[in-house]
Amino acid sequence: MDLTYDSELESFRDEVRSFLEENWPRQGDDAVQAFRQRAIEAGYLYRHFPRKYGGSEQEAHPLKGQIIREEFGRARAPSEPLGIGPSMLAPTLLERGTEWQKEKFIPRTLTGELIWCQGYSEPGSGSDLASLRTKGELVGDEWVINGQKVWTSGAHLADYMFCLVRTEPDAPKHKGISYLLIDMKQPGVEVRPLRTMTGTADFNEVFLNDVRTPRDWIVGERGEGWLVSRTTLKHERNSIGGARRTEESLNSLARLAKKTMRNGRPAIEDPEIRQRLATIEGYVQAHKYSGFRQLTKDAKGESPGIITLMMKLFSTNLQHEVSKLSLDLLGADGMLSAGDAHLGKPASDAQSWIGAYMYSLGIAVAGGTANIQRNVIGERGLGLPRDAAAKRSAK
Amino acid sequence: MNFDLTEEQRMLQETVGQLAERQCPPTEIHKRLESDEHDAALWSSLSGLGLPGLAIDAAHGGAGLEILDLAVVSETLGYHAVPGPFLGHVLAAHAIGLGGSEEQKKSWLPALASGERIATIAFGEAGSVWDPEHWSLSGSGSLTGEKTFVPSAADADLIVVGLTGGQLGVVEKGASGLAIEPVDCADLTRRVFHVSFDDTPCETLPGGAAAAPAVRDVGLSLLAADAFGGSHRLLDMCVEYAKTREQFGVTIGSFQGLKHQLANMALDVEPNRGLYWFAAYAQDHAPEEAQRMAAIAKAHITDRYMQIGRDSVEAHGGIGFTWECDVQIWFKRAMFDRAFLGTPSEHRERAVQLAPWAA
Ligand SMILES: Cc1cc2nc3c(=O)[nH]c(=O)nc-3n(C[C@H](O)[C@H](O)[C@H](O)COP(=O)(O)OP(=O)(O)OC[C@H]3O[C@@H](n4cnc5c(N)ncnc54)[C@H](O)[C@@H]3O)c2cc1C
Repeated sequence: MDLTYDSELESFRDEVRSFLEENWPRQGDDAVQAFRQRAIEAGYLYRHFPRKYGGSEQEAHPLKGQIIREEFGRARAPSEPLGIGPSMLAPTLLERGTEWQKEKFIPRTLTGELIWCQGYSEPGSGSDLASLRTKGELVGDEWVINGQKVWTSGAHLADYMFCLVRTEPDAPKHKGISYLLIDMKQPGVEVRPLRTMTGTADFNEVFLNDVRTPRDWIVGERGEGWLVSRTTLKHERNSIGGARRTEESLNSLARLAKKTMRNGRPAIEDPEIRQRLATIEGYVQAHKYSGFRQLTKDAKGESPGIITLMMKLFSTNLQHEVSKLSLDLLGADGMLSAGDAHLGKPASDAQSWIGAYMYSLGIAVAGGTANIQRNVIGERGLGLPRDAAAKRSAK
Repeated sequence: MNFDLTEEQRMLQETVGQLAERQCPPTEIHKRLESDEHDAALWSSLSGLGLPGLAIDAAHGGAGLEILDLAVVSETLGYHAVPGPFLGHVLAAHAIGLGGSEEQKKSWLPALASGERIATIAFGEAGSVWDPEHWSLSGSGSLTGEKTFVPSAADADLIVVGLTGGQLGVVEKGASGLAIEPVDCADLTRRVFHVSFDDTPCETLPGGAAAAPAVRDVGLSLLAADAFGGSHRLLDMCVEYAKTREQFGVTIGSFQGLKHQLANMALDVEPNRGLYWFAAYAQDHAPEEAQRMAAIAKAHITDRYMQIGRDSVEAHGGIGFTWECDVQIWFKRAMFDRAFLGTPSEHRERAVQLAPWAA
């Protein structure tokens, strides 16, 4: 075991550092965009995307990737934009899209110019996603789509939706679905905002009435949509579970504990609070060093094993613990609302914690509930027999 | 030995429950979340049942009942998430009943008993201070300073204010220098306010110092009762949903994972009925245990309520995270019940200090 990087990698780190010193922070309205463009040119962002699609086309190198993340994090420089487009749609297209699809969609998705939403869940199909009923029929050169999607995050802002649609009604459940790209700005697409319990409206119902999309806006073949969507889910799991974020939560919890009082002294001096912070740290460090291990496995081209199936539930469980402790630290402020961000009022510090407390619940459901994660760990990870009902209904 | 409610208490719960179902079903509550106006019609119906004066003595226009009666009503109000000033009102009336002079009682209690006037308590101070021992607002005859997290202050005709030395004073609506600002709280069924005084006239309750801790303990018992009712309601909602929502061709309640989660929730709800009963009963009948049991019941039941709230969101999936879903109404009541008058960990600490086993 050796936690140092070899001299080639250390000089790579120096390169990244001097790049950052020269280029960040910078001034102007387009500072972030301009910085990202330079970082792509320099080979630091979107490394696995070819230049012609707006990436920096670098040879896969997990350790260099890690060094870039570390240095960008340290400099607080903008990294690849989060967003479902760059993190899910673009990698899926790269793997499964046709040449023209890649050219048309990937570059502008990576710059954040095209905004996407994910149209998977339906009122009747959440955990049992493959039961979805939104219908797509090929009429001439176009798909005609009818149905309803729900919990669609960011649909109110999106230019396009990547959507699962039933196109082969006679095929078995998982084989009758296609993955279509849909222009959101057309008649027949109706987006109705849904408020979350925090009070803000960031997800939506999306009604699709005779919505049209060209025949070749399908990713993969007809009936392959389920498989194509699994490529995206894989990317979703990679994008969640950032150990650095959990380490940051621990640090901000500790800051909160320093400035709130408990039994007449700073909460950070209270034995119970110290125990709970240290318990959380146990998980945070486990998270961090599992990340190291995963990175090494990746670099060697080996599979890290069952742990990749655990990262979502591990982080959402940890987020629950962080939230619960924050509520205890807030004392009477624990009854505040999450704030009126939707009215343009900035949330107070305490209200941001309340918002995070509530969001920890949403995140636990989004992208597959905790029970579904446990099924995945039990069945795919531990090799236990499949859930009987799920097995029956797969037919 | 008969550890059970009386026929009258059960009838009272039933009557209050029926009224709540009629006048403020969840659809109505959702509408009320968008408005900050006091629901005078609802308060007047609750007053029609005698709720505001339940524990005020008969000589001053009340029904002369006990804290347990207030608690069983609180359970029902919690079960139905009934909005309004009940909690602060009955605590303020109790404070005047315990600590007021005969003249003060005569002048204030009858109108509080009938519900014609509304009262509330101002016990909270900045820095999560609730305990009478730590109150720092001072003044005799007039007050200058602040109280916070005061429920229904905007609708209150009387505010019972906690003062240094654990004293109590009464400030009347419209008093000079009295300013009331809403606090942006999650629970919109019990709105709270920041109250400030600037040379504001205040009438001291002569028996206030003795009354204040008792009023606090009654408050803790009633919050425990509300939390029991609310967590019970959340459990009922989850069970109902698990029986109707289908995934993978079956109702989700047939998945053992979810079934066990619901059974665990039930384990965190049902046993607390006896706990809150005894805490409330002790206020009138077991003075040596009253303080400690109130602290234990409040800490335990409101803490479980919050957890049941979290579990309920999860059991509902995506819809559980929405504003439209009823779960959020109770989830946020749990936030109030948990934090108001002190968090579970503060009361656990007090309970240990009072515990015979810790001596
Ligand atoms: C904040 C947020 C953002 C979201 N964004 C998007 C988005 O952008 N696009 C999109 O398509 N979707 C999105 N979703 C939807 C999300 O993927 C679904 O909510 C989730 O998959 C659960 O589905 P459901 O809501 O239908 O719940 P259900 O599937 O109805 O689940 C209800 C309960 O049943 C349990 N359950 C179900 N099946 C089983 C089983 N086999 N064993 C044990 N328990 C079971 C669940 O764990 C849960 O407790 C979002 C959700 C949230 C909360």
